Amino acid sequence: MLELQDVHAYYGKSHVLQGVNLHLTEGEIVTLLGRNGVGRSTTIKAIMGDVVCTGTIRFKGRDILGLKSYEIARLGVGYVPENRDIFPGLTVRENLLLGQKKRHAQGRWSMQDMFALFPRLEERAEVSAGVLSGGEQQMLTICRTLMGDPDLIMVDEPTEGLAPRMVELVADLLRRIAERGVSILLVEQKLTIALEISRRVYVMGHGRVVFEGTPASLSADATIRKEWLEV
Amino acid sequence: MLEQLAISTLNGIIYGMLLFMLASGLTLIFGMMGVLNLAHASMYMLGAYLGYQISKTIGFLPALILGPLALGLGGALLERYGLRRVHQHGHVSELLFTFGVAFMIQEAVQMIWGRIGVPYRVPPELDFPLFRLFDTPYPAYRIFVLVLAVAIFVGLFAILSRSRIGLVIRAALTHPNMVGMLGHNVPQVFMLVFGVGAGLAGLAGVIGGPIFVTSPNMAGALGAILFTVVVIGGLGSLPGALLASLLIGLVQTFAVVMDVSLDDFIKAIGVDAKAGNILGDIQHTTIAQIAPILPYLMLLVMLVVRPRGLFGSRDV
Repeated sequence: MLELQDVHAYYGKSHVLQGVNLHLTEGEIVTLLGRNGVGRSTTIKAIMGDVVCTGTIRFKGRDILGLKSYEIARLGVGYVPENRDIFPGLTVRENLLLGQKKRHAQGRWSMQDMFALFPRLEERAEVSAGVLSGGEQQMLTICRTLMGDPDLIMVDEPTEGLAPRMVELVADLLRRIAERGVSILLVEQKLTIALEISRRVYVMGHGRVVFEGTPASLSADATIRKEWLEV
Repeated sequence: MLEQLAISTLNGIIYGMLLFMLASGLTLIFGMMGVLNLAHASMYMLGAYLGYQISKTIGFLPALILGPLALGLGGALLERYGLRRVHQHGHVSELLFTFGVAFMIQEAVQMIWGRIGVPYRVPPELDFPLFRLFDTPYPAYRIFVLVLAVAIFVGLFAILSRSRIGLVIRAALTHPNMVGMLGHNVPQVFMLVFGVGAGLAGLAGVIGGPIFVTSPNMAGALGAILFTVVVIGGLGSLPGALLASLLIGLVQTFAVVMDVSLDDFIKAIGVDAKAGNILGDIQHTTIAQIAPILPYLMLLVMLVVRPRGLFGSRDV
């Protein structure tokens, strides 16, 4: 469904992505692991068309490198940014409405589904999104992207700075999303979550993929963990 | 006294609403794209000249429709084929680009219609006193301008707060990138807003031309005021633009009729006129004379006291 071949990207003079190769099949949860600054976020921004890059990026067999972000989104790629880019001045309901690409789009998820999953969002539907707590904002950003009915959803560090109870909620939500046949590309710091819910994991280091395999094989490989993950 | 107060208030509100018609487009464009459109006041001037030309040949009503349409279309094309390409080279290039456009419009207007103003007058259909304010007849045309400006304002607010495109615009004011990543065609929204902004500037020119003087100086004179309105109101804030427009409209209108100076003050506190004449010309200067600099004074005070403006969410 998603395939990256030899993707390179630069921020000014620094070579952030140095030939990234990865792929994802339908309904899979795949996690990108690695320390800060190794290019995990840049990889998903490159897929989203937010970073200038070279190489090949294919989604559902179509070459998407060079397309505009909105065109990539309309093909069925959803993106949940790391900094929880909600629209703070708009209400929760308006944020969710903006997730829809068209006015009466009927996808896998409706606003009612979102409210059923997170009653808290319904309670605060008419409140400015800016006053929600960090965890609630994280839920809102994920739900907002789901309203656009993506076939692939890329989630950047969803559990960062969240209380353990909220982390559990996020993990649970990700599983439910995958159950409906949506592929998930997750960027995560917390190894436990990643190993628990992913089918496969990639470890990135210095702008390229240094390990690919199942969570079990990563658990078994102490060298990789020591060299690329542990601090 | 009361009569003057009433007339000045009405004039100030009308002037303020015209300012808002211009400032609304400018502030939305700035909020979304981060571009201060230096050509905005030139579009207003072009609107006035187009209004004059079309009124002369076809009539005022066609001018009222065709003038803004032409400018709106021109604005949209300018964004699509000019600004969008310049955009990738950064804000300074964009600023220079709009500066070039302003210059071009200025020169073109002078070449076509001459360096002195044109006699753009109130259309005869609307050239009658509508009512008497105390003893002074009040021109119908001004009330027509007021009604039109209020209607535009109400329409603009309704679209922004109730419609889906309005929702996209409000979100794009602060987070254009994120809005694009949710699948909305943000470049198209930019083009639309730029076009509507240019169209509104044109409309303000068509209806404002007969009240003020239609000359090549009008862009420069208004442009500076317009930027003060946008900064005082808060960059990107529509309610701020409305309040600041009315404020500046009223301040300017009232200041012009205030014929008092320090002299009067000195006399009032009972100092002999000759003995008190220490400041010379400074104390003879009336408020009416310093009226033109009042908006800039307000701008400076605002920048020092509250750099984000009345309703802005970020500093200038």
